[in-house]
This record gives sequence, C-alpha cells and structure tokens, in this order.
Amino acid sequence: MKKNLHSYVLSSSFVVVILIVWEIGARVYNRSFILPTPTDILWKLWELRSVLLFVHLPATVSVMAIGLIASIIIGIALAVWMNRSKVAEKTFYPIIIVSQTIPIIALAPIFVVWFGYSIWSKVVVTFLITFFPITVSTFDGLRSSSKELKELLLTMGASKKDIFFKLDVPTALPSFFSGLKVAVTFSVIGAAIGEWLGAQAGLGYFSRRMMTQFDGASVFAPIVLLSLVGILLFLLVSGLEKICLKWRR
Amino acid sequence: MSKQVLQFKDVTFHYPSEDNTSLDSILEGIDFSVEDGEFVSIIGASGSGKSTIFRLVTGLEQPVNGDILLNGKKMTDRLGKVGYMPQQDLLMPWRTVMDNAVLPLEIKGMKREEAKSHVRKLLDDFGLKGVENALPSELSGGMKQRVSFLRTILSGSNILLLDEPFSALDAITRLTMQEWLLDQWKKWKKTILFITHDVDEALFLSDRIFVIIKQKPNTSIQEVKIPLDRPRSVRDLSQMDMVELKEQLIEKLRSRVEV
Ligand SMILES: Nc1ncnc2c1ncn2[C@@H]1O[C@H](COP(=O)(O)OP(=O)(O)OP(=O)(O)O)[C@@H](O)[C@H]1O
Ligand SMILES: [Mg+2]
Repeated sequence: MKKNLHSYVLSSSFVVVILIVWEIGARVYNRSFILPTPTDILWKLWELRSVLLFVHLPATVSVMAIGLIASIIIGIALAVWMNRSKVAEKTFYPIIIVSQTIPIIALAPIFVVWFGYSIWSKVVVTFLITFFPITVSTFDGLRSSSKELKELLLTMGASKKDIFFKLDVPTALPSFFSGLKVAVTFSVIGAAIGEWLGAQAGLGYFSRRMMTQFDGASVFAPIVLLSLVGILLFLLVSGLEKICLKWRR
Repeated sequence: MSKQVLQFKDVTFHYPSEDNTSLDSILEGIDFSVEDGEFVSIIGASGSGKSTIFRLVTGLEQPVNGDILLNGKKMTDRLGKVGYMPQQDLLMPWRTVMDNAVLPLEIKGMKREEAKSHVRKLLDDFGLKGVENALPSELSGGMKQRVSFLRTILSGSNILLLDEPFSALDAITRLTMQEWLLDQWKKWKKTILFITHDVDEALFLSDRIFVIIKQKPNTSIQEVKIPLDRPRSVRDLSQMDMVELKEQLIEKLRSRVEV
C-alpha cells in the first residue's frame, strides 16, 4: 500500500514538472496556434465545457461503449469456441494474430465508405482495435486451466458444464481482466481515429475541426477530456478486477 | 464375511503412444483385490505405475485388457464413483477452505446452503475450525492436506485413493497426520488405498502392502501382510519382526533400481 502511494507520488510529480516546463516553454515560444500553454488549454476546456460535455463527449462515449461491448461479447464467444474445438482454434487463431498486422487506421476510410458518417463506421474501428486483446487474453486464460484439476473434477463426476464454470471461467478471469484493461485504453484511440475520418460529433472530430482553424488550445482541450475518459475507464476495470479477484492479494 | 470392494482382474494397460511401435506396457496382467474397510498401501519405484493404478480405478483411464470391479460389479464408467486425493493437494486457489471442501457436494447437485452446513459439522474433526474462510495460500502444508482429505471424504464414496498425501510434509507433521489419518479411517469405516514412497509409513499404516515389481517384460504385484494389531504406535515398528519385514521390503524395491 505504502509502496503504491510512493510510486503515484513519483509519477505525478514528474507530470507536474513536465507541465511547468511546457507552460514556460510555450510562453517563451509564444505561438499558441501551434503550442498552447497548459493554462490556455484549461481555460478552453472551461469555455467549451457545455458543448464538449453535452454534445461531443456523449457521442464518443457511445462509440466506445458499443465497440467495447461488441468486442467483449464476440471476443469471449470466439475464445470459448476456440477453447472447445481444435478445428475452430486452428481456423481462427492464426487469422486473429495475422489480422493485427493490418493497420486498422489505413483501413478506416473504407469503413467510412461502407457505413457513411453514421456511428457504425467508428464503432467498427473501435471494435477491431479492442477485439484482439480481449480475445487473445481470454483464450490464453482459458487454455491455461490446470489439467490436474480438470481430472480431479472428472473423478468427482463433473459434467462439461461444471468444468467450464467451476474451473475454466475462474482460471481465465485474471487474464481476461488484463486484456480488458488494454482494450479500454485502446477503445479511446479507436473512437478518436474513427472520428477523425468522418463524423458529425465526437471529441476526436471536434479536435480535428479545430486543427483546421489553427486554434491550438481547442485542439488539445478535447484530447485532455479523451484521456480522462480513458483513465476513468481503466480505473473502473481495475476496481472491478479487485472485487472479482479478491483471492489474488 | 468381508466383501471385496475393489478388484483388478488380469488388467493390462499402457498409455497410447504417438508411433504405435513402442507399446511398452506399464501394467500387465495385474490381479488384486481389496476388502471392505481395509487399509492397503502401494509401494514401488518411481515410474512403476502406482499413480496409473489410481487413474485406472477412478476411471480416468480404461484398461486395454481385463476388468475392474467396484463393490463386486464390473464397472466401465467409474468417474464419480471413488474418492481420489491427488499427489498434489490441488486446492482451487480462488476458493476458500469452505468452498473447496464443498466442491464434490456441489457437483452432486446439493444445494449450497445444505452442503455448507454439512461441511461445517466436519470442520472441527478436521482441525479446520476458524479457517473456513481462509484461502489455500494462507494455510500450512498439513492444513492443505486436511482440506484435500475432507474434500475426498465428501465425495461420499466408500473407497478412497490417496496418492502420496504426506510426501511434502516435514517428519513431525507427517507423523501427526498419519495418526490422524488412522483415526479418521476408523471413524469413517472407509476402504483406503494409499500410495507412498516411504516404507515406514506403509508399515505403520497398512493392513497389507502391495509392492509393485517391475521386471521386464512383466509387472507383478506382491502382497505383504502386516502382522501388527491395532491401535499401533510408532514404537511397534522397532520390533524384531517388523525390522526384518522392512529389510525384506527394501530389498524387493532395491532390486528394481539396479543401475
Ligand atoms: N498421461 C501419461 N501419458 C503417457 N505416459 C504417462 C502418463 N502418465 C504417466 N506416464 C508414464 O507412465 C509411467 C508410470 O507413471 P506413474 O505416474 O503411474 O508412476 P508412479 O509410480 O506414480 O511414479 P511416482 O512415484 O514418481 O509418482 C511413467 O513412466 C510415466 O512416464
Ligand atoms: Mg505417482
């Protein structure tokens, strides 16, 4: 506990130092359309609060939420299927790995062509980015369940269903949560990229629009908000993990 | 008269190998029977197939040849019919002592509350009172073995298979656990098959000892009766005839480990 606190102190003081250097540097440089100061950005955030919080934030959050939920459902389903059937594993696992070498960003414009400026083009990008960590970590978790424990359960007369729920699921949970933590941070990136390419609302979209207007502080303000959303989601998942995996402490 | 609860009739077994060339039989034409309420130890060199016999009894493996009879009847589906305590304690690290113990009852479909109250009555006997909500990682080695044994008892079977349960314990704890096990055995009136590497342990605990003798190409089992009354004390092992018996047993085992 104390050790934890200590590491937070270190990293936050480092951030404070960076911010101070940035503030001073940007003031000296004095071209706010390229490099706004942190205080400029905070001001902008305050100024734009209602449009950012009530128009663009909900748009981005719903993209992230739909994309994440889809990844979780489909990722878990696929992981379970691959764990059940050797054929499914041999078919999909290599494809899933190789698919990660395809730069999703490069593909994203295609989704705009297919789905237009609707929410779905962004959801697809988010889904594709978050799907990988969830599927692979869940699958690895399921696969790591102990053969000896499985045999012990069998000698107690356990059914396939017993083995899945009493052994495979608890074994896979820690790994699933690691994957989910990566996925929620990726979902911020996914949503932002999706919105850059074409959107009518959203924090990524707003930031990009301000870029064309040479309004530096307005470019950064939504990004600050985006990263706050990411941190919040991460903390949420960590909290959930602590509750579900009490036994690991 | 006492009845046979477990019989092997001319059982042959080998693990399937990838290339079907080297079908080195692990067990060949094995015959033995165990009576109701008996305590039988199995000793044999490492890799001689002791654990494999347990895998056959539990039904995790099927014999290539021969029959296995449980309580006088030939049984092919033996899963769920005998209590098996594996070589490692194999407790689920995410379950508390209570939840680990309750597992076999849960699998049999007993309601959670009923199963728990069932376990609660036994905690004291197993020296686990007060730690029912602890995690396995918080327990000592002896305690883990007791949880594992409790779980095995709760399988409800009259036959218990214990695979080197005490081999990881220190000498003192081991002695306490051996005495405790004999108490439990008497109390529950179970039939116990007990694998061990330790000849003294086998002599102290058993009615009979099966010595697995592996001489290519045949595996055979020799039975040795222990001429000691119960209750026993560790001191009985220093009697003249017991010391001789021990030497004989070690001789039998040693002839297999020729280097
Ligand atoms: N699942 C398996 N597949 C193939 N071979 C196996 C398997 N399990 C055990 N064996 C082999 O069968 C032989 C007997 O193994 P077994 O585990 O029954 O020996 P053991 O007498 O219990 O040994 P130990 O005293 O070391 O526990 C060994 O040579 C081992 O390599
Ligand atoms: Mg063994």
